[in-house]
Amino acid sequence: MSNINLQCLLGIQCNDFVMIAADQTNSHSIMVMKDDEEKIYKISDRLVMGVIGDSGDTTQFAEYIAKNIQLYKMRNGYELGPTAAANFTRRNLAEYLRSSTPYFVNVLMAGYDKENGPELYFMDYLASSVKVPFACHGFGGYLSLSIMDRYHKKDATEQEAYEILKKCITEVHKRLFVSLPNFQVTVVNRDGIKTLPVINSASLK
Amino acid sequence: MSILAYNGGAVVAMKGQDCVAIATDKRYGIQAQTVSTNFPKVYQMGPTLYVGLPGLATDTQTVFQRLKFRMNLYELKENRIMRPKTFSAMLSNLLYERRFGPYFIEPVIAGLDPYDNQPYVCNMDLIGCPNEPEDFVVSGTCSEQLYGMCEALWEPNLKPDELFETISQALVNAADRDAISGWGAVVYIIEKDKITEKHVKTRMD
Repeated sequence: MSNINLQCLLGIQCNDFVMIAADQTNSHSIMVMKDDEEKIYKISDRLVMGVIGDSGDTTQFAEYIAKNIQLYKMRNGYELGPTAAANFTRRNLAEYLRSSTPYFVNVLMAGYDKENGPELYFMDYLASSVKVPFACHGFGGYLSLSIMDRYHKKDATEQEAYEILKKCITEVHKRLFVSLPNFQVTVVNRDGIKTLPVINSASLK
Repeated sequence: MSILAYNGGAVVAMKGQDCVAIATDKRYGIQAQTVSTNFPKVYQMGPTLYVGLPGLATDTQTVFQRLKFRMNLYELKENRIMRPKTFSAMLSNLLYERRFGPYFIEPVIAGLDPYDNQPYVCNMDLIGCPNEPEDFVVSGTCSEQLYGMCEALWEPNLKPDELFETISQALVNAADRDAISGWGAVVYIIEKDKITEKHVKTRMD
């Protein structure tokens, strides 16, 4: 049985930046193996990818995508933008889906495009990809999506977006039956990628 | 629950007098959870040719990309644009290639023949069995409701503005009776040398 829905990925895109948060729990069946796992992967200077799913698949798939996007940059002398990267990822995921070895991963892709600004792409394990202003993966979405509906605004600052994520995570801690103590947070803006402080019950006090 | 109803969505197309119309909803969801309200399932494939691909969203995107590829090859080889009837045959062939592992979409095609301006509508099942009626075609998770609405509202020889009213009312009222369709709609009215794209507001609950 898979635990893809017991993990949680959150993402918010505003005018100047895009911010994603991922829980840091690695569990097998009913056992928690680890609570400081990194599920947000840096793909290039202004592109990150949050990946949840089967634990071998997440690392393997994220690294395959990251290295291929790096390779593209070396071969062509220019980088893939977030839209192109999301399309590339989608196509790979879609081709693997109908092979004998599909990747069971849900993805949020967050990047900053020179022309179009910050962009957030939601992609599920079936490889349907859609551009969204905010999104969640996993059971945490049932609690977080309504909070984001209520508080998301286009012109929010990074501090405000971080506060919205804190509200979502508070609710996950309070109402979700699985324990997801730590959430790592990453923001992408015109200056690049920045890691923000981990959100946990201590930092929520 | 059927894979065809995993993401939800509806498409309808109608013939009029020297015109055709095709309409789609904008919802993208994962079962009951709405993820995006900006995911139209209708694409322009030629100057007066449109295709709607409701069903499993990943296959909506994959099939659209493969169709675009085959169509570009055809137009480069033949140095002329494709007739709607030819397009249907091409799509039917593409779907039947996957007879025993199908793409989970039920396409709708609408267009004016670029050579004799005859209105054309067609729909198919997921393995490419075509149906070319004289009035209207429906597809998606609320096809029963759409059949009811079209049967009640459609009449022969509708003018473009009457056709817009008919198709909009049919789609909006059918989607309102379906929990996983709606959340906005797009209607295209296709005339000899005019395409009208209208975004229709619908209930957002």
